[in-house]
Amino acid sequence: MFDLVGFGVGGWGAALLKAALTTFALSVAGFLSGAVLGALAAFARLSGDRFARGAAFAYSALFRGVPDLLTIYLLYFGGSVALTVVGGWFGARGFIGLPAFATGVVALAVISGAYQAEVYRGAFLAIHRGELDAARAYGMSGPTMLRRIVAPQVLRYAIPGLGNVWQLVLKDSALVSVIGLVELMREAQVGAGSTRQPFVFFCSAAALYLAIAIITGSLFRHVERRSLRGVRTA
Amino acid sequence: MEMAFLADVFMQLMRGVPLTLQLAGTSVALGLVMALILAITLQSGPPLVVWPIRGYVTAFRGTPLLVQIFLIYYGLGQFRPSLQALGLWGLFREPYWCAILALTLNTAAYGTEIIRGGLQSVPFGQIEAARACGMSRSLVYRRVILPIALRQALPSYGNEIILMIKGTSLTSIVTLLEITGIAQQIISQTYRAVEVFACAGAIYLTMNYIIAHLLAGLEHRLSAHLRAAPDFESSVAIEGGLH
Repeated sequence: MFDLVGFGVGGWGAALLKAALTTFALSVAGFLSGAVLGALAAFARLSGDRFARGAAFAYSALFRGVPDLLTIYLLYFGGSVALTVVGGWFGARGFIGLPAFATGVVALAVISGAYQAEVYRGAFLAIHRGELDAARAYGMSGPTMLRRIVAPQVLRYAIPGLGNVWQLVLKDSALVSVIGLVELMREAQVGAGSTRQPFVFFCSAAALYLAIAIITGSLFRHVERRSLRGVRTA
Repeated sequence: MEMAFLADVFMQLMRGVPLTLQLAGTSVALGLVMALILAITLQSGPPLVVWPIRGYVTAFRGTPLLVQIFLIYYGLGQFRPSLQALGLWGLFREPYWCAILALTLNTAAYGTEIIRGGLQSVPFGQIEAARACGMSRSLVYRRVILPIALRQALPSYGNEIILMIKGTSLTSIVTLLEITGIAQQIISQTYRAVEVFACAGAIYLTMNYIIAHLLAGLEHRLSAHLRAAPDFESSVAIEGGLH
């Protein structure tokens, strides 16, 4: 039974590990792009502009309220329909599918951005108002204040929340298998189908997901501890 | 034509709402009972019981729900002869029961952590006072610890309920015809994926909006003692201060 997912002849070990690497790359790319979206949305949410506030609120409420699977389907089919129409103008025929990896990254970015926006917003609100007043009293310009006072503290307060969002992204990446990307989940399905040993393959996939989650989780805890080394604790 | 199509899709999708609510409701209810038992056991159980529970919670929180559903629905099929011998095959053959089992085990793992956090937030003085009054262990739990812990856990548990509603959409992959499943069925007949999925998304969004509001109302009711007494002067002062 272990030969099947091992690294010997006819073993699926190498294929599964490679797929796990794809899962990891997909999640990291989605998480980082989501950080940009989330920061922009948080910025808009905290800005004085009524329209920007409303748009950012709608964005984060929408993608936290709709199932992630639907978001992925919608982006994939919506994007493909648009691409097919554009392709039609240039004489292409038939359905053009979006590249699965890129679509997966966009989907994970849009979903995790909605959650990260809330994390950054909460972190900003946790900054002591007096620090901002003090920075202004020193005559700091907006960008300088953002760089020296706001960003370092927002990142510090946001780390635990970001760790949670990262775990969410990692698990959501399994859903990208439905649009045909060969990541860990899809590779396990392929292995299960061709060997008729679904239990072995899905257990292996679960173990690999768990390993990634535990290793990256301890990384986040390490970063959190490090970020707090200048803070007095009881 | 366009509006008529959307209205027709909407009516068809609404037929999936009862199954979605049933899946989420059953698994949240069963999961809550399981989470309560596990969280209380984690507080005071012997290591031999505590370690397997911790392992279970870590495993189910650290792996995707989709993998869990596949593991139960397809994976356990590998043990069909033994399951048949145990008379359990009828259960594991049905995607409905596999989905319920997967969703329940998933939400119970998250719920255990949420309730454990709630239990830890109960001030020790309250427990000490209850003991000093001569309450038995179970009475302390029933009258003091659980009410405080559950109220504390309610906001997080509300998020978990919303996540479960969203999670039920994955059961469409094992052929259940809840909202997402019906959406896929309509798409395979009409090839109009964007409109149909957008319509399904709107239904989920509305359901989650209503549930979030009900939970916020419940939270408001349960925390009356934590709010300042309604006092005209001070409420005017607070509102004035916000602007």
